[in-house]
Amino acid sequence: MMMLKLSMERVGELFSAIANQQALYLPIESADQVNFEKWSEGRKVRLDVLKTVKSGKDLFFPQSENLVAFKMEGKSIEIIQQELSQEKFVLMGVRPCDAKSFEILDKVFLAEPQDSYYAARRANGTVIAMACGNPEETCFCKNFGIDAADPVGDVAIWIHEGNLYWKSQTEKGEALTQSVKSLFSEAQEAEIDAFKAGIREKIEQLPFSHLDLSSFTPDQLNEKFNSPQWKKLSQSCLGCGSCTFVCPTCQCYDIRDYDTGHGIQRYRCWDSCMYSDFTMMAHGTNRPTQLERFRQRFMHKLIYFPSNNDGMYSCVGCGRCVAKCPIHMNIVKVIKALGGESK
Amino acid sequence: MIKEKAAQLLREGKVARVLGWEAGEFAYDLTPAYFETEEELKNLVYNEYSGANLSKYLIAASKMEGVTLALLKPCDTLSFNQLLNEHRINREKVYVLGVGCKGMKDQNGELLLKCKCCKGKEFKAFDEVIDDEECRNVPESDRFEEVRRIEAMSAEERFAFWRNELSKCIRCNACRNVCPACSCIKCVFDNPKSGVAAKANTDDFEENMFHIIRAYHVAGRCTDCGECSRVCPQGIPLHLLNRKFIKDINELYGEYQAGEDPEARGPLTNYTQGDAEPSVVRERSGE
Repeated sequence: MMMLKLSMERVGELFSAIANQQALYLPIESADQVNFEKWSEGRKVRLDVLKTVKSGKDLFFPQSENLVAFKMEGKSIEIIQQELSQEKFVLMGVRPCDAKSFEILDKVFLAEPQDSYYAARRANGTVIAMACGNPEETCFCKNFGIDAADPVGDVAIWIHEGNLYWKSQTEKGEALTQSVKSLFSEAQEAEIDAFKAGIREKIEQLPFSHLDLSSFTPDQLNEKFNSPQWKKLSQSCLGCGSCTFVCPTCQCYDIRDYDTGHGIQRYRCWDSCMYSDFTMMAHGTNRPTQLERFRQRFMHKLIYFPSNNDGMYSCVGCGRCVAKCPIHMNIVKVIKALGGESK
Repeated sequence: MIKEKAAQLLREGKVARVLGWEAGEFAYDLTPAYFETEEELKNLVYNEYSGANLSKYLIAASKMEGVTLALLKPCDTLSFNQLLNEHRINREKVYVLGVGCKGMKDQNGELLLKCKCCKGKEFKAFDEVIDDEECRNVPESDRFEEVRRIEAMSAEERFAFWRNELSKCIRCNACRNVCPACSCIKCVFDNPKSGVAAKANTDDFEENMFHIIRAYHVAGRCTDCGECSRVCPQGIPLHLLNRKFIKDINELYGEYQAGEDPEARGPLTNYTQGDAEPSVVRERSGE
């Protein structure tokens, strides 16, 4: 697969060319915030912004979606299946950490029995991942084996010295490349070697790039679970869901029935283990205080998930929680308090 | 000086713990924390990043064994008083150490929104105060300027403005959970029996209603502490909804600052013959 390039001055033509074939989602500024939204002419694209408020996970796992509906007439109940999403789309400008998060979500939603709603969107979506020229001090992707200089996606892009470098990495990516290739000129891999080296050097210097995760292993489950640190760590947690909703890997959801007056619309929506009614059951709740709820979130990411997925942590080090938590508590502080001081 | 005072009170056994801020990984990421020993107190920090309003934590602290020393900034004491007024805090269980404030900053080093419209440097409740001359300078500001700008919009423009802002909401509940006026043990939106419980609605507009309902519920009790806007991950200017209510209350019932007086009867819970009639809605809409 060949390295291609396009002047950033002509990037609008690329957006149009893609959007003519399928929906195009980009980091777009709206009311002062940047999130992945559908592109159309005139929208303000912000590929320069490092972190969208929410990750791109909405495109595969929306915050709220209908699952099935029931229509009642007399004593009969009609079941109306929700049609799976048909929209072919391109998700462009995903950072390497967020691109990695899709692999983590796949482990949950594409394992048997497959989640057909998620699977349909995943099959219809092409991911264009983008290298991070200017990582921030809240970033810590390096700990999770992510290379911010070499993004993994259907297509990888780099924006360097006024050019957009483009390289397809999968069949899906190659198909998209063929459809827009006429815009590009050929480039040499070596043109961005120094740029990549510069990124890796910056990442190396970041304050959280060398966390010691060696003690976060399945056999340490009881030790971590019973750590006296949880009380102190969780004591001022507000119990809001900011961390879970801006997190690219949080995947818990609730299923609810909405009474439409003549039937039921069953939908699912993101849920947060930080909420007091998370996994509420008839007998009460299984996690009575914020300490247990707080602990669940981090045990899941650092112990339970890797225990079930060949050691893969369900954190990608995007640092959104570091930036967004109202009380500045986050997974880095938790890792450090539980014995993961920087190496 | 704050640390010495706190250590002394701990040593003397007058307080069982100290509620303040703990140093983080960077200069700006302080976390509210309890300190129970002099050793722990070494991590206590009070600086220009201590923006969080700690008053609401005192609801829980009131139920703990012994007295809690709380570091409160002048504007935080308004929330504290309001919570006393609502019988949510046990005054006997709190030792208020008022700490002077020169304006707080966000992680980018910019003055917090709430500090751009400082409500004064007077402590409305305290057992002791540590501040200095410099802490008493109140910068000039007009907190209703933005509200007037929105009032001046046409109904369509105003609707578009709020739809645009509120549609960013991810329903993380940070605004509600941080809000000292939101102290219900079970929020109506978390109560499945209420019929309006929802974690994320299927309808955008219902989602937006959440903020409007919340603003109504805290009207007359909101001290304008600005925590809602400070914590919103999507930067929604929620404080503007509250300020609109405050402005209207001031105009219809006379100047009122929630939390000014812990014994006060709020304008919306106190009947007087001079109260606005319901017809004021039509009169003000200009129809």
